[in-house]
Amino acid sequence: MACFLVPAGEAIVTTVVQKVMENKDKKDVGEKVDVIGLKWSRRLSWLNKMLWGGTMLLALEHVWHREVVPWPPFLTAMENPGDVAPMLHEIATVGVAMAVTVTAVWGIMVLIAELKTKSISLVEEAPVSGGE
Amino acid sequence: MWLIMTSLAAIIATIVWYVKAPEDKYKLGLLSLMFWGASLMWLVDHVMAYLTERGAFFEIDLDATFLGVAVIILALLVWEIVLLVSDPKGVLKRVLKREKLP
Repeated sequence: MACFLVPAGEAIVTTVVQKVMENKDKKDVGEKVDVIGLKWSRRLSWLNKMLWGGTMLLALEHVWHREVVPWPPFLTAMENPGDVAPMLHEIATVGVAMAVTVTAVWGIMVLIAELKTKSISLVEEAPVSGGE
Repeated sequence: MWLIMTSLAAIIATIVWYVKAPEDKYKLGLLSLMFWGASLMWLVDHVMAYLTERGAFFEIDLDATFLGVAVIILALLVWEIVLLVSDPKGVLKRVLKREKLP
């Protein structure tokens, strides 16, 4: 009905956080602070791309199924008072579950990337001597 | 059906991105992440609908197939717009420069 509104809300928040982080990273570069591994702004850009992409494509699905219309109140469930409670229930269950799942997958992606970065820097710090 | 089609698009986009990586000149990372985001969200939607309503997990009919095609077209359209606006090859810049010449 309107489950994509939760990931959309999260996407707005994480986009603002990413912009703040980008400014902080630029400041750090100006002050020549060494950053090892991935920057938070880059990590957050992965989450933003997933959230915005998912929200946009889900919005199309809702328009296709006539659950979202281009005229007020935009959500067809809002036209009938009896449909408002199920819509809010769907937002609270499916919408939240969508946002949590995407964020959890992103968390796993960041964790794997961090572990990979650490293993690469460890190999570079202590090269294995071998041969002959 | 649109879940299957979007997941397939996500897998193909990720393979192409990996083949071209670490270079991401054509923003294939963006395309694959958009498809993955939508696939994950629809997977959650399908699982929850299946658990509560106990219907068919996949909706396989002509309407669902057309929706899957429309979803892929929209994602490709957005990716293409981002690509043209950022113009990583500088094609638009060169074309506009040529237009300016007498």
